[in-house]
Amino acid sequence: MTAAAILEIRDISKSFGAIKALTGVDFTLQRGEIHALCGENGAGKSTLMNIIAGIVKPDEGAIRLEGKNVTITSPSAAQRLGIGLVHQEIALCQDATVAENILMAAVNNRRAPLMNFRRLYADAQKIMDLLAPIPVETPVADLSISNQQLVEIAKALTLECRVLMLDEPTAALTETEARRLFAIVRDLKARGISIIYISHRMAEIFSLCDRVTVFRDGRYVATDSIASVTPNDVVRKMVGREITQLYPQKLSPERRTDRPVLSVENLSYRQGSAGVGFTLRAGEILGIGGLIGAGRSEMVQTVCGLRPKVSGSVELNGEPVSIRTYSDAVRAGLVYLSEDRKASGLFLDLSVASNISALDLRKLTTPLGLLDRRAEAKQATDLVVRHGVRMGGIETQVSTLSGGNQQKVAIARLLSVGPKVVILDEPTRGVDVGAKVEIHRLLRDLAERGVGVIVISSELPELIGLSDRVLVIREGAIVGELGADELTEEAIMLLASGLRQQRSNARQVQNVA
Amino acid sequence: MEAEIKASAPGLGGRSWLRLGSMREAGLIAIMLALCIAMTFASPHFLTWGNFRAMLMSFSIEGIVVVGMTILLIVGGIDLSVGSVVCFSMVVSGALFLMGLDPWTASLIGIGASALVGAAMGFFVTVIGLNHFITSLAAMVIVRGLCLVITKGTPLSLFTLPPGFKAIGQGSFGNVPYVIVIFVVVVAIFDFLLRRATAFRKVFYTGSNEKAAQFSGIKTKQVKFWVTVLCSTLAGFAGVIYMSRFGAATPTFGAGMELNIIAAAVIGGASLNGGSGTIFGAILGMALLSVVTSSLILLDVSVYWQDMIKGCILLAAVSIDHFLHRRKS
Repeated sequence: MTAAAILEIRDISKSFGAIKALTGVDFTLQRGEIHALCGENGAGKSTLMNIIAGIVKPDEGAIRLEGKNVTITSPSAAQRLGIGLVHQEIALCQDATVAENILMAAVNNRRAPLMNFRRLYADAQKIMDLLAPIPVETPVADLSISNQQLVEIAKALTLECRVLMLDEPTAALTETEARRLFAIVRDLKARGISIIYISHRMAEIFSLCDRVTVFRDGRYVATDSIASVTPNDVVRKMVGREITQLYPQKLSPERRTDRPVLSVENLSYRQGSAGVGFTLRAGEILGIGGLIGAGRSEMVQTVCGLRPKVSGSVELNGEPVSIRTYSDAVRAGLVYLSEDRKASGLFLDLSVASNISALDLRKLTTPLGLLDRRAEAKQATDLVVRHGVRMGGIETQVSTLSGGNQQKVAIARLLSVGPKVVILDEPTRGVDVGAKVEIHRLLRDLAERGVGVIVISSELPELIGLSDRVLVIREGAIVGELGADELTEEAIMLLASGLRQQRSNARQVQNVA
Repeated sequence: MEAEIKASAPGLGGRSWLRLGSMREAGLIAIMLALCIAMTFASPHFLTWGNFRAMLMSFSIEGIVVVGMTILLIVGGIDLSVGSVVCFSMVVSGALFLMGLDPWTASLIGIGASALVGAAMGFFVTVIGLNHFITSLAAMVIVRGLCLVITKGTPLSLFTLPPGFKAIGQGSFGNVPYVIVIFVVVVAIFDFLLRRATAFRKVFYTGSNEKAAQFSGIKTKQVKFWVTVLCSTLAGFAGVIYMSRFGAATPTFGAGMELNIIAAAVIGGASLNGGSGTIFGAILGMALLSVVTSSLILLDVSVYWQDMIKGCILLAAVSIDHFLHRRKS
């Protein structure tokens, strides 16, 4: 075993102040394997990656690279050893070219006072070509997110890279883009690069990786060959308890109704595009799938008055409602959870209580225009207790909570207004497995209590596991509708990519008429 | 778990930003106390009502401007034009008075004109989409130019102002000048509103995360517009008080004031990124700068050193804050 190991981590511990991030963990990466590293948020995966990449120094323990003890003191030392880390978030200089980004370290260390752009482009192109034929003279800002991700990888790769660490590389990618990335990762493996792959998505891990190591609460739990475990085993090890069912029970056929909660007709949100229409029925969770950029978010944001609409009408529980601004939508009982909770969802530096109050301040305002703090505290306490947000108190700053708890706060805000319909855009992005299951249960529970639930998700297993019915969007139009019995990844992808056209435009035409 | 939450809940509904701030405020008070104690030993003139009154007077009118600036910083804006607007208000009111208007009406028009400057900046920021820095930099220069045009470059002498009007800036309740009373009232009102009023809660939401505020149905452009107007209006109000106090309107008055005011707000905990800050903290920042200035004068330090020392205090305060924040996360 040890003979084939390229990277060995022995008994590494690391504390940040009073918090033990890692306690005596072991980890062995074999030459030429793709090794998944799993664990809930806070399990210590990122800390270990940062230690290997020289960003964080371990308190104790040893790192051995190809059998030799090494101390990695800085990211550039790691790079010299042939170790590259691709961070979860894309951090590129948007205005600089691909080449300047890839070879930033080399440019930085360059002694000569002037740049040699011809040399720079040639060297960068050599690295970029390992991944995809992206011209390196292009400014990064002009690339799609998935190509930017590839530039991030190229930046971590050097020509003599031996170990590559990928931290949730598919978090921002669509299904097709992710598949392209998998092919590239396999290709890197074939070139002899050993890869550590961090992901929350079981499907990815099981299709891509050779072995899987699980961390929990900063401790090593187990390493298994992928062939010898099931996704449920891995999840169980991650959360340390049995999760009998990843997804909640779907709506049973006998409870299915035709009563519409929300009907949208002839909605046009891009100038000149045909109107779309759909109906959300009582008790069901309606999924919306499609590629990123297909117009899923635009469509629901238009329904909610967050974007101007060209035409269209909306009915809630059979009654027509006029929605011109988001405030109109909230008043009518239609609320929206944005897909990016950091950029557009939460007020990170404010407290849990004030985050929850933001949607309906009027309710908490006394006749004198002052905020009723007692009512605010009561509302926040009720909601966080009901949704099991784990935190110090309602005055805790939201930025200190884990991703899953932050998301629960964002959802609690929606529920503070007693909505009739909730529309959630990527409700579990960047959320650990435990919280994910809780959020799914919460959504099913809402649906059962008669609240309309619409979920947009780029993660196909989630879309399939959670929804009773899925609408597929492509280029701003609804191109298909799949019932519970037709839901497969393949069916959704065929529709989303335009390889199959299921639903003729008959219904849309009918709506226009 | 539930009990724990309940225990921390009562009365804390809207003070999340205060809790962080209160540490900062306690620190500022401690530094100021230490300085005061040291100065009491160093100079016999320091611990006298006369000196304290002089210090209070020196920052109370500027303090009114600081209130507006702090709220604007919280919403994520900044206003470099406040010094010019203070002067503009003086000059407009003064010129109208000299044209024969009664000083009270003239002052109201002066304050109104300042509000219009704010509205114009608000328009460029929210409708055209420029940022606060550039917009207010332009306004600073334009408004200063207007002051010079109105006065033809020479100070307006207003010694004919009626005693009733001069009393605002020069009179006192026994030992306490009206100026200080006005300052305390303005600060108390806005400190209370900022913590408790729903309208001002929207200022924090907008400054903390404008996108998220929009996704909560808050009309963030309106919020930014009105806060910009408020800041200029308060500057105009301060200008009128200065006029009453000095009995003159000098077209160059208030140049450089904006830097002192922004420094005070930032020392007091307002963030240039928006989303945090308190009036109380900003006033403490102002007071600290004033105590330092007064101490330097009493210690006979050359005035040439004063700006340099103030700059160092600003840098130290911001560095300490940055260090504390980094430690926390």
